[in-house]
Amino acid sequence: MRVLAAMSGGVDSAVAAARAHEAGHEVVGVHLALSRMPGTLRTGSRGCCTIEDSMDAQRAANKIGIPFYVWDFSERFKQDVVDDFIDEYKAGRTPNPCMRCNERIKFQALLEKGLALGFDALCTGHYASIEKDSEGNLELHRSLAMAKDQSYVLGVLTEDQLKHSLFPLGKAANKQQIRQEAADRGLAVAKKPDSYDICFIPEGDTRHWLSDKIEQSPGVIVDTDGNELASHGGALGFTVGQRKGLNIGTPAKDGKPRYVLEIRPKENVVVVGPEKALAISELYGSKYSWCGKPPLNADQFFDAEVQVRAHGESHPCRVRVIDSRLEIRPVEPIIGVAPGQTAVVYLGSRVLGQTTIDRTVSAVMEQV
Amino acid sequence: MPVYLDHAATSPIRPSVLAAYSELLAQLGNPASVHSFGQKTRQILEQAREDIAQAISCDRNEVLFTSGGTESDNLGVKGLYWYRHAQDINRTLIITSAAEHHAVLDAVDWLVSEQGAESYFVPMDDQGVLDLEKLEQVLEQRSHQVALISLMWANNEIGVIHPISEITELAAKYEIPVHSDAIAALGHIPVNFQDSGLAAMSITGHKIGTPVGTGALILRRDQKITPVLHGGGQERNLRSGTPDAAAAAALALGIVEAVAEQPSLALTHQKLAAKLITGIKQIAPEAILSCEFAPRLPNNVHFRFPGLLGDSLLFLLDLDGVSISTGSACTAGVSAPSHAVLALGADSDEAMGTLRLTLGYSTKESDVDSFLDAFPKAYAGAKNAGLTRR
Repeated sequence: MRVLAAMSGGVDSAVAAARAHEAGHEVVGVHLALSRMPGTLRTGSRGCCTIEDSMDAQRAANKIGIPFYVWDFSERFKQDVVDDFIDEYKAGRTPNPCMRCNERIKFQALLEKGLALGFDALCTGHYASIEKDSEGNLELHRSLAMAKDQSYVLGVLTEDQLKHSLFPLGKAANKQQIRQEAADRGLAVAKKPDSYDICFIPEGDTRHWLSDKIEQSPGVIVDTDGNELASHGGALGFTVGQRKGLNIGTPAKDGKPRYVLEIRPKENVVVVGPEKALAISELYGSKYSWCGKPPLNADQFFDAEVQVRAHGESHPCRVRVIDSRLEIRPVEPIIGVAPGQTAVVYLGSRVLGQTTIDRTVSAVMEQV
Repeated sequence: MPVYLDHAATSPIRPSVLAAYSELLAQLGNPASVHSFGQKTRQILEQAREDIAQAISCDRNEVLFTSGGTESDNLGVKGLYWYRHAQDINRTLIITSAAEHHAVLDAVDWLVSEQGAESYFVPMDDQGVLDLEKLEQVLEQRSHQVALISLMWANNEIGVIHPISEITELAAKYEIPVHSDAIAALGHIPVNFQDSGLAAMSITGHKIGTPVGTGALILRRDQKITPVLHGGGQERNLRSGTPDAAAAAALALGIVEAVAEQPSLALTHQKLAAKLITGIKQIAPEAILSCEFAPRLPNNVHFRFPGLLGDSLLFLLDLDGVSISTGSACTAGVSAPSHAVLALGADSDEAMGTLRLTLGYSTKESDVDSFLDAFPKAYAGAKNAGLTRR
């Protein structure tokens, strides 16, 4: 196969490219330039935006012995990921930009360009594996290295995208094994630190980064009955589940701490309440997709598990499609789920599909 | 055999230069030393200076060795600006063009942003031809404020040749010194410093088959400039640093050979370029040949392809063993829309759809044929990928 290996400059994508090359594929390494201003040679790892990362990727490709190029996707990245991120916050939701990047950039723009240029597949360093069921249908599964499992952020992939994807690290037992392999292969990125931050927020401080992009104005904090408790400097400075920094003078009747339950950007209102109100018993998402073959009779409730953040646990649930929306009912309520987050539905280790949550229902009271 | 059609980026070292240079690398002695070792090295250095002077028609004392084109351009532009401004603080205006090499443009930008200079870009038409009437108007109105003019002899990207003598004649009326980056011109069209009327001229060797890191600023004997590098003052007290005699000798040998073969090479290149142009137009009739109706370098073929990315072409051709360029500047491997193409009035999509083929002394007809063999498939692929939003 002619394989395009997306190389971020990190250790995982370098080893993935090396494995694909070793497996006999004709591999070409590509680094995605996602920032118009690649900045300076920053030390450490900040994802995919620095010149240093690009050089690291190039160096790894040279070492592996594959051609290497940098492709510029900065305009699309800005539009589809960065601007989307800001818009989501403006709408009071909590977006996952890595998910959006996989959906729109890596497995759409990049894959499409690769296919147009004569490639058969895209190889990345994600920890997830593609398996075939008894009928030969492709399925996406969790990585064996559970601590590094990245199947969640790949939940957006469709059957057609799976066909053109290659995840050579899917069977890795753990990250240490990959680092060792990188060292054995003489790849200088073997010891490069993992990146956890959002790559386009260099200081890692999302609130600060957003502060000059979203206009903030003072508003009120209310309880679930609508009583005004305090004022705030801007509703978008809060996240669902937040406890600290609310600065409410009077204590709650039951004396227990209060948490942010909901953000209403249009009214510039922050709703707070007791911790138990954070428990969510129903999730709905109108924008959903199936990863591989869709389930039969999806309009009837079926048992599955749901995961609502990248490295979170999975919760047993029942799922169905109703009124063109995915409805997810956790068996036990889940604490702290906010609209904008992605819910990925699993059947055992298999990723079944995903949705962006646009409505949650509290186990104790309904939220809009 | 991979095919190399990117000589404007750098050209393979000439076998004669490689042999002479390799031997000279073992030469012991600082040319500034008084002892016999120093004298021997000095002799090599000065012979090189004389050979270059003869090849490009200047005085031997007018050759200042530098580390290459970027340093020469910086010394020419900043050196002239600082000197002229120090003589008369009203002289803050630098006249240049928007399609200059970045070594000139960025030096000018720096003088503007950090040193209080002002720049004026001589307009050019869609063929890359400079509007000399506008230049004259500016000189008429503001000659007392002009520090220098810096306009390249020929453009490294789009290949247009500028009328240097006409420019220096205009400038001479107002006694304005003119610097010119002659790097793309040298070896491809006649370059005669004495006849040019220039005050300063940048050259480098690695585009014509000498090692990278060899260059010179040719500076008229009576033209004063302020140095950029301070130290031992080795080169006419205007450029410090121990001169690299081996590099100077390599540069001289390369220039002598290139200048001697220039007339016949130009004829060969004209023929090969014509073949490339015909071949490309057959496959891509909508392609625009840049500066088609202007005087052009014989070794440069520059096309714009509406609706595709030059990057895609480069990628596909390279994977097929044919190395070409999009001609535009690179930051960490990312292409920006070419400033030279934008200067022609093209929009930014068009400035991303470029292909630059540059021929050199070692280019053979078989290289051109290999390119033309590989081009149809690459073109179809790049067209298929289209203008994927970046």
